[in-house]
Amino acid sequence: MALTKVDMAERLFDDLGLNKREAKEMVEMFFEVIPEALEQGYQVKLSGFGNFDLREKNQRPGRNPKTGEEIPISARRVVTFRPGQKLKARVEAYAGSQQ
Amino acid sequence: MTKSELIEIIAKRQSHLAHRDVELAVKCMIEQMGQSLASGERIEIRGFGSFSLHYRPPRFGRNPKTGDSVALAGKHVPHFKPGKELRERVDASRTRCDICED
Repeated sequence: MALTKVDMAERLFDDLGLNKREAKEMVEMFFEVIPEALEQGYQVKLSGFGNFDLREKNQRPGRNPKTGEEIPISARRVVTFRPGQKLKARVEAYAGSQQ
Repeated sequence: MTKSELIEIIAKRQSHLAHRDVELAVKCMIEQMGQSLASGERIEIRGFGSFSLHYRPPRFGRNPKTGDSVALAGKHVPHFKPGKELRERVDASRTRCDICED
């Protein structure tokens, strides 16, 4: 069980009264505009949830885990997520099974 | 880009919707994602990535002021793993633009 775009569109339909097509488009657009900002070099800050940050990684030594062969991991740009205080506090309280 | 800027961009593209509806929709989606994680449920968005909880076992920490040892309970923290498409798109932009600092 995991939350998906379908669940999110359903919620917009149920709670906000968007029609099914509008709800689906809204969810698609949400997960399209965020990557667009990131690929233009912008950090994305969603207050109450967290920040998507960009980081440059230098080349570093790596290994093929199967063969043990050494291959360098090339320099790259990556996205990291830093949860906000509010999200951290909400999640911290979760007492369910250890994952 | 902030939440309000995200709302502006979506509102411009979805001009048939009232601005207020876009604002409510974005807030609703973010709230639902928070609720999902708070109840221990993963979030899986194809191409974008997945959010899950990672468990941090109990440990002894220190009060930085007094140096006293304090027992800290185990807890869960949110974790994001970018999807393949997002990873590739962001990495491909590396040579095209700098990371904007603000």
